[in-house]
Amino acid sequence: MRCAPGSEVSERRARLGHMGTLLAAISACALAIQAAGSFPTHADAKEELLRVAGEIGRPGGRIVIALRSEPKTLNPLTAPDTTSREVIGAMQADLVHINRATQLTEPALAKSWKVSADGLQYTLTLRRGLKFSDGQPMDVEDVLFTFRVYLDETVRAIQRDFLVVGGKPIAVRKVDAQTVAFTLARPYGVAERLFDGLPILPRHLLERAYKEGKLVQAGGLGTPANQWAGLGAFRLKEYVAGQRLVLERNPYYWKADEQGSRLPYLDEIVFLFVPSADAQVVRFQSGETDIISRLGAENFSVLSRQSRDYRMADAGPGLEYNFLFFNLNELGEKTPADVARKQNWFRSEKFRQAVSLAIDREAIVRLVYQGRGVPLWGPVTPGNPRWADAGIAHPARSLDKARQLLADAGFRLPNAENGESQLVDRDGKPIEFSIITSASNADRGKMAALIQDDLKQLGMRVQVVPLELHSLIDRITQTKEYDACVLGIASFDADPNSDLNVWLSSGGMHLWHPSQKHPATDWEAEIDLLMEQQLTATNGARRKKFYDRVQEILAERQPMIFLASPDVLVGAKTSIGNFHPAVLEPYVLWNVEQLYQRNGAENARR
Amino acid sequence: MSARSRLLFCVAVLGALHLGVACAGFFAPYDPVAQDREHPYAPPMRLHFVDTQGQIHPRPFFYAQALRAGSFEEYEENRARAIPVKFFVSGAPYHVLGVFPLRMHLFGGGGVPMYLLGSDAYGRDLLSRVLFGGQVSLLAGLIGAGLTLSIGLCIGALAGFWGGWKDEVLMRMAELFLALPWIYLLFALRAFLPLTVPPLQAFLLVVMVIGAVGWARPARIVRGIVLSAKERDFVRAARGFGASDSYLLRKHILPETASAVLTQAAILVPQFVLAEMTLSFLGLGVPEPVPTWGNMLASLQHYNVLVSYWWMYLPALAMVPFFLGYLVLASLLQGSYGTSKIE
Repeated sequence: MRCAPGSEVSERRARLGHMGTLLAAISACALAIQAAGSFPTHADAKEELLRVAGEIGRPGGRIVIALRSEPKTLNPLTAPDTTSREVIGAMQADLVHINRATQLTEPALAKSWKVSADGLQYTLTLRRGLKFSDGQPMDVEDVLFTFRVYLDETVRAIQRDFLVVGGKPIAVRKVDAQTVAFTLARPYGVAERLFDGLPILPRHLLERAYKEGKLVQAGGLGTPANQWAGLGAFRLKEYVAGQRLVLERNPYYWKADEQGSRLPYLDEIVFLFVPSADAQVVRFQSGETDIISRLGAENFSVLSRQSRDYRMADAGPGLEYNFLFFNLNELGEKTPADVARKQNWFRSEKFRQAVSLAIDREAIVRLVYQGRGVPLWGPVTPGNPRWADAGIAHPARSLDKARQLLADAGFRLPNAENGESQLVDRDGKPIEFSIITSASNADRGKMAALIQDDLKQLGMRVQVVPLELHSLIDRITQTKEYDACVLGIASFDADPNSDLNVWLSSGGMHLWHPSQKHPATDWEAEIDLLMEQQLTATNGARRKKFYDRVQEILAERQPMIFLASPDVLVGAKTSIGNFHPAVLEPYVLWNVEQLYQRNGAENARR
Repeated sequence: MSARSRLLFCVAVLGALHLGVACAGFFAPYDPVAQDREHPYAPPMRLHFVDTQGQIHPRPFFYAQALRAGSFEEYEENRARAIPVKFFVSGAPYHVLGVFPLRMHLFGGGGVPMYLLGSDAYGRDLLSRVLFGGQVSLLAGLIGAGLTLSIGLCIGALAGFWGGWKDEVLMRMAELFLALPWIYLLFALRAFLPLTVPPLQAFLLVVMVIGAVGWARPARIVRGIVLSAKERDFVRAARGFGASDSYLLRKHILPETASAVLTQAAILVPQFVLAEMTLSFLGLGVPEPVPTWGNMLASLQHYNVLVSYWWMYLPALAMVPFFLGYLVLASLLQGSYGTSKIE
């Protein structure tokens, strides 16, 4: 999981970005002249290409996409940020892949797999004739190397956590030249979904760096194009700092369309670095970029209103959930009395339930998302129907019930003379606190402003404090100096495991009280246990039962007060074929190998 | 029109404008922070005198607006029913000049939402917010200018009168302040303060800071005048008759600076209003939901607001008459003092 994107604005980058598009346009002219290349467009006899269904496209052309920031790295071992993941996704491939549209697994580098009856052994058979994007053949040794790297503690790969099951790392064994066997210590609930997001690395390029202990430093953006390779649809072509990253077609890619033509269709993808959301909209509107994703509802309606040669798509509710949470950390002796006093309110479940009842979620959906979103009462959005617990209550907003709950919890609302009554606690102290939000996220700022007004109806005085995203994260995870916060999380997979470190009390993203040594409350202990149980249950229905219970506990105890989930809003030029946005990340580039330009040549000339 | 009557006219207009803002509660139909979630970004309503049948109404009326079904930004007027504007209605409570509680408003829609200048993202009445926002912005300008001028006058007069090394020290300090990038100073100051600053405190802080860093320019002007004034014959004569330093300053030298100080005041007020607006625009000034002209304009930082809702620019127009008034006043003041001296 990750923190949903903020838009850190950098003026300098914006200015450099303009030059970037100019240069990109010039290089586009040069490229159009270039010949298509002498690589085979159809499979030779030894290759087992994966044929994918979909509209038959025409080869050639390029698409230009804006990224909110520069990717930090091309190295999948160390890529926590969204933009790096988006770029790496186009350059790498995994053994088994989750189809972003169906949310089901499908064969990728492994053409088939078998699971033993006890759920402990996975046997994967590799596709024949696979080649890395530099033309070197890929075989079982690369798979073994990759997993050795992932599991090596000294490398500190982000993937390691997913590969340690029941305290023991997964064991990898070569069966024959085309087959690998994986053995787990305990059954793993996610089953073959495990292999998604674990790209197979080129041993011939990385083994030396690994032996020298420099693997993590490899794959910086400055890496020469011939020193970097993957199994994805595209490969590195050019990187210009502060301006753009250009990927070119991987001529050895292992997928083909229904007619047998090798994918991808496009010759190039150009990622421009455009730091602000508004600047991205302007560029898309002016035709400089071909695809826009991660759009806010308001910009979406601006674009929809003036739509000419592009079409906008509302893919429905995504997996992002926004919520309000209070500071429930156990603070040390140095804590000012003031903060400790406020925590007495926040720890009261009735207080949190009252806040939840007072929040007008429908208004959030209407005013913040212009109706392009859904109200939420739990962390699983309607965009993830398989895991959402239908049993969770959706109590309607009720100020009366909220006031009753507060009265039950010992809060009083004396009648003030000036008409504005102020809620007080048992000691007669007024209820005043602040909500921090990310200054770069206008949507969450608006939510906080609406909540501020809702809570005023209960007599609470709330201030909204917009903070720069990094200092906000620092306050939540390090200094713990805050009262309450509005934040959002976008899970990158529909499976509950992708949010494991949010719900486990030991998790770093267990936002209201991160990285606990022992669960602070009984219900947090229960959630820990349930998450552990669903992790190892092999039966889908049982996993769902465990996770449903987690959702019920969250809805009852309200450590997070869930607010709303925005729709996934994207747009593309009408000339882009096979454009099928999904609610899973990467929303538009998940089928990048099938995207094509309907009027390829004309576009390349632009 | 003589110079004097022009000056009086200008002062009268400015006075009327300020009075309007000071009594914002009376002229504003709504509470500036009240949200109307059914009417976000409602466009300005037109006042009509002639209805759809061509009938003329002596009392202005308007048509109620509602969001088109299924839309979240398009409004349509309900032309079937003309709603007369009601005058001297009772509404949201407010305080005149911050003291006298009242509920009487000049006009209102009588229960039907009426947004003459439109509404913002939360359905708050823009007219009410412009009027109340003016209170904060103008007060910041007036207090800031007052503060700056007092400091500038004292330091400038002393530096000019004393001369010598004291003058040197004060004037070098003034140069330092002139060179100070005050906006970064404010950023730094804001980072030191606690996370939450109540609106009133934030306001005072902004005013103090902009007032305290701006004194250098008036101080230099005052010093120049004092320097020349203290060498004039009547001052020397008074000194010869045994007048004390403080007598000389009060009776002979400071009156000479009056024209410069008044002119400076008329220039500085709009400058400080603008400074407050800049800070609030950047989110460093008075926090939402309290309106100021600066934080009302802050929503224009978003592209969609910029291209979709033209009425969100109106707070920027509101300051035009004020600024024009002050600048005309400054030039009239300069002119009238200049001629009187020649006479």
